[in-house]
Amino acid sequence: MSDTAKPTDPPAPHFVVCPQCDALYSVRTVDKGRLSACTRCHTVLAAPRRKAGMLIVCLALATLVLIAGAIFLPFLTLEAQGFRSTASLLDIALSFSAGRLQALVVLTLMVVLAIPAVRAALLVYVLTPLVFDRRPARHAARAFRAAQSLKPWAMAEVFALGCAVALVKITDLAQVALGQAFWMFTVLVALIVVQDRFLCSWSVWNALKPTDLS
Amino acid sequence: MERAEAHRSVLTARKAGLVGCRHCAEAAPLGTTHCRRCGARLSSRDQGSLQRVWAWWCAGVICYIPANTQPMLVTKTLLHEDSSTIVGGAVALFAQGSPGIALIILIASVGIPVGKFLSIAYLALAIRRGPVRAPGNLQSTYHVVEYIGRWSMIDVFVVAILATLVQFDTVAQITPGPASLAFALSVIFTMLAAQSFDARLIWDRIDNADEVP
Repeated sequence: MSDTAKPTDPPAPHFVVCPQCDALYSVRTVDKGRLSACTRCHTVLAAPRRKAGMLIVCLALATLVLIAGAIFLPFLTLEAQGFRSTASLLDIALSFSAGRLQALVVLTLMVVLAIPAVRAALLVYVLTPLVFDRRPARHAARAFRAAQSLKPWAMAEVFALGCAVALVKITDLAQVALGQAFWMFTVLVALIVVQDRFLCSWSVWNALKPTDLS
Repeated sequence: MERAEAHRSVLTARKAGLVGCRHCAEAAPLGTTHCRRCGARLSSRDQGSLQRVWAWWCAGVICYIPANTQPMLVTKTLLHEDSSTIVGGAVALFAQGSPGIALIILIASVGIPVGKFLSIAYLALAIRRGPVRAPGNLQSTYHVVEYIGRWSMIDVFVVAILATLVQFDTVAQITPGPASLAFALSVIFTMLAAQSFDARLIWDRIDNADEVP
């Protein structure tokens, strides 16, 4: 109990509140690395890593390049009995455009490509000034909050697993060749996973001072 | 000993007269409306949370019905047209001798969605009433439901990939059926239901349950 705060102390910024279970911690315990996760619900409060900022910026930039490439290059090629069809990621999303399923085109493009791209762009925007010890960018707080709320909706990894299942399903019927975009997409998923590992939102929020709002 | 005690003796922000930001973990005095660090709206406990959970939950369940009764994939070959539902497709795969994939599809499209509907309903009911018998379960259920939600989209993506690749004019053609849209919507609504939960309500119940004995 010695680490938790007394109610009479002046409020923020001396406290950290667990966003999941409302437990209150003094900022000093989290700051010195003595506490990284909430003691009762084990939500990670802080996982700072040295030099993570620069790494995340680089990964996010790479992500943007890979997404651009993965859209247009051939993703999968299918060959069966003299027939041949090539599909890019754009084609895959557009497969729903036949009939009344246009909503799904938009949805697939959003969750597989647009949202991961927007998230990467927002992270670059927020983190680049911080990495170079400059003043945070305008609306950085709002941008970072948006990036974090988009996280569950970026489903590139899910799509990657979907690819695996689809491949197993059709390899019986026909020969499938993996295009350049497929490999780019595989790397992309790996980058996104590493990026999420290294991103410590608590450190970022700490770097963005309260005055940056407006 | 530390861990066992931790459940009981934690001081919450609300008891300390503070409100915590669910986005950036910043504390502010109770009654503050917006977080001064990240600008998010603050509320000590989101009282409308359960209502939103149930609304999204109902939408998700309603969409899940056509997702199962309508065809997911329509396969056209030279001679006949064949449309299969989610379960029908999995059964066909099993019969063709790939039980592994049939299992993945069944788990991703039937097991996980139904499990999520049940666990969200369980959580929402448990928060509202009844003493919590196993507080740890509530919390882990919540974490699992929140984490697993997006993975149900696999089936929609598989259908999209198949439909794009298998386009050999008249010889063989696969097109997505209406169930794909219904299923995608069902997944999204269930994700929104899980996100609408104010996890702190779960912990309030656990705190109260701890204080009884």
